[in-house]
Amino acid sequence: MKNFATLTRMRIQLTLRNKMFVFFSLVMPFAFFFLYAGIFAKGQPQVVRFFLGPVLSLTVMGSFWGLSAALVMFREQGILRRFHVTPVTASDMLASSVVANYVLIFPTILLLFFLSRSIFHVVHFGNLFSSFILISIGAISFSSMGLVVASVTNTMQETQVINQLIWLPLIFLSGATFPLAFLPHVAQQFSLFLPATYLVQGLQRAIFDSVPIWQLGVEVASLAVWAVLTFFLSAQLFRWEPEVKVPRKAKLFVLATAIPFLLLGLWENKYGNIPVLAQSAYDSLSKPANPGTSPVRPK
Amino acid sequence: MANPILLVENLVKRYGSVEAVRGVSFSVEEGEVFGLLGPNGAGKTSTVEILEGLRDLDSGRVSVCGLDPQRDSQKLKHEIGAALQSTSLPDKLRVMEALRLFSSFYKRRRSPEELLKRFGLEEKRNAFYSQLSGGQKQRLALAMALVNEPKVLFFDEPTAGLDPQVRREIYDIIEELKHEKKTIVMTTHYIEEAERLCDRVAIVDHGKVVALGTPRDLKSRAGGATRIEVRLSKPEPEGALKNLEGVADARQVDGTYVIHSNRPPQTIVAIVKHLEAEGNELVSLEIASPSLEDVFIEMTGRRLRD
Repeated sequence: MKNFATLTRMRIQLTLRNKMFVFFSLVMPFAFFFLYAGIFAKGQPQVVRFFLGPVLSLTVMGSFWGLSAALVMFREQGILRRFHVTPVTASDMLASSVVANYVLIFPTILLLFFLSRSIFHVVHFGNLFSSFILISIGAISFSSMGLVVASVTNTMQETQVINQLIWLPLIFLSGATFPLAFLPHVAQQFSLFLPATYLVQGLQRAIFDSVPIWQLGVEVASLAVWAVLTFFLSAQLFRWEPEVKVPRKAKLFVLATAIPFLLLGLWENKYGNIPVLAQSAYDSLSKPANPGTSPVRPK
Repeated sequence: MANPILLVENLVKRYGSVEAVRGVSFSVEEGEVFGLLGPNGAGKTSTVEILEGLRDLDSGRVSVCGLDPQRDSQKLKHEIGAALQSTSLPDKLRVMEALRLFSSFYKRRRSPEELLKRFGLEEKRNAFYSQLSGGQKQRLALAMALVNEPKVLFFDEPTAGLDPQVRREIYDIIEELKHEKKTIVMTTHYIEEAERLCDRVAIVDHGKVVALGTPRDLKSRAGGATRIEVRLSKPEPEGALKNLEGVADARQVDGTYVIHSNRPPQTIVAIVKHLEAEGNELVSLEIASPSLEDVFIEMTGRRLRD
């Protein structure tokens, strides 16, 4: 327990000393935020509030990039080997990555809230407790997914490629970049198989529709189950030594982590109402469908 | 052997179809500096990493501080300290932070402040790891191996890749530890290092111990004879050289004739005369006092170099 705490502190310290981190966690999200809030929402508070959920989700999901890639680098450079001769365990190492990640997203999250309020005059942020819970579970589950990627890839390059392959569908097909209501029906159906969709839609409903946490049971439970599954898997596949290659079979295990969302996606497609809720939230913004081309009236 | 703190019996380690360690046995006493000397790929690092609990063995038995590194690896890690080969620290970690961090992992601890002083790193306490020179990095690695007052220290190639002056600095540090009666198991492929630092040496080649003893023992086993190395313009049968005056042994190693002699001056004169008679010429001649290299050549027919 103590080792885990000191490792977490080290990971946070090291990350804050990394200039790339500052760029990706501060500069990038703000660029996105101003793009959404300034151009799409034309600075109207209610529309900015609509987009705040997706923008926060980008930060939360982005947490799977940084520290997992750092862990691969640690392994490649033989840094993990040095920890291996100490009493530090694989779980210490992995859990410290997840928690450090969690702590490090909060400056960005708080600043996004602050900017919404001070620049775009958003007064109501919906249900903050629901947001907090979703952000927490989301950050933990996405960084655990990052750890799985770190465990099954052998080199930094491989890690980056796989991360990209996962990242793109997650951000484009979950409502994080384009509103879900904006996507064609097939894409909406597909989105229900992605963990990101549950985070983005949940967060959007918490902020925009002030939905209390007990009405977000599906979102919270599915992300929590997934977090446990991915963390457990990454601990099983963890390697200290750079020359120990991951067995082919292990890459199949990874597909197993997709099972909960495969099942949930099937169920949601048949009985769920996520796209309907997304549509009605979107419609409430304005009658014309494109937020970028038409003036939008707040409620 | 009174009470060995470390025991290795018929250790075997395979990587796929390659047998890296093929039945190694030795034991180490408390307070002893024990060296594994051999060329790269001889199986030294594999052996040490099994003892540290980093790798699983395929067969044989090992025990360190009365613990089985495979089963009690968590307990064992509190008892040992190690400076590993090909390891590193995060670039942006500061020297003092590294010592503090690593000492925080242990129940028994030594003051990081004291280690910093002892290893001459006080001025570098706030330097990033990436800003250290090779020698400073190695000194930090040795300091980090001591953070938990370990009962056994493992130094895997502690001076590999360092320039001679820095290497001597590291020797001084290890000698100091030796005077404090620390138990140290080290690997090296430098003869000088093994002779100077180790109480006993196991010479390892192709995964096997080919000779084991104190450096003095081993050298006297090689005949205690002076080594004369000659290069010739034309090949010469080994047998002809063996019969010259004072010669104990002569063999060809990588195109050089290595001759061991009990009476070097007489042998040199005899060689020159012999070559003159054969119409052969001496290209170069070197004389070296007996070393562990001679033991290695005798046991393996090869030189100990990378």
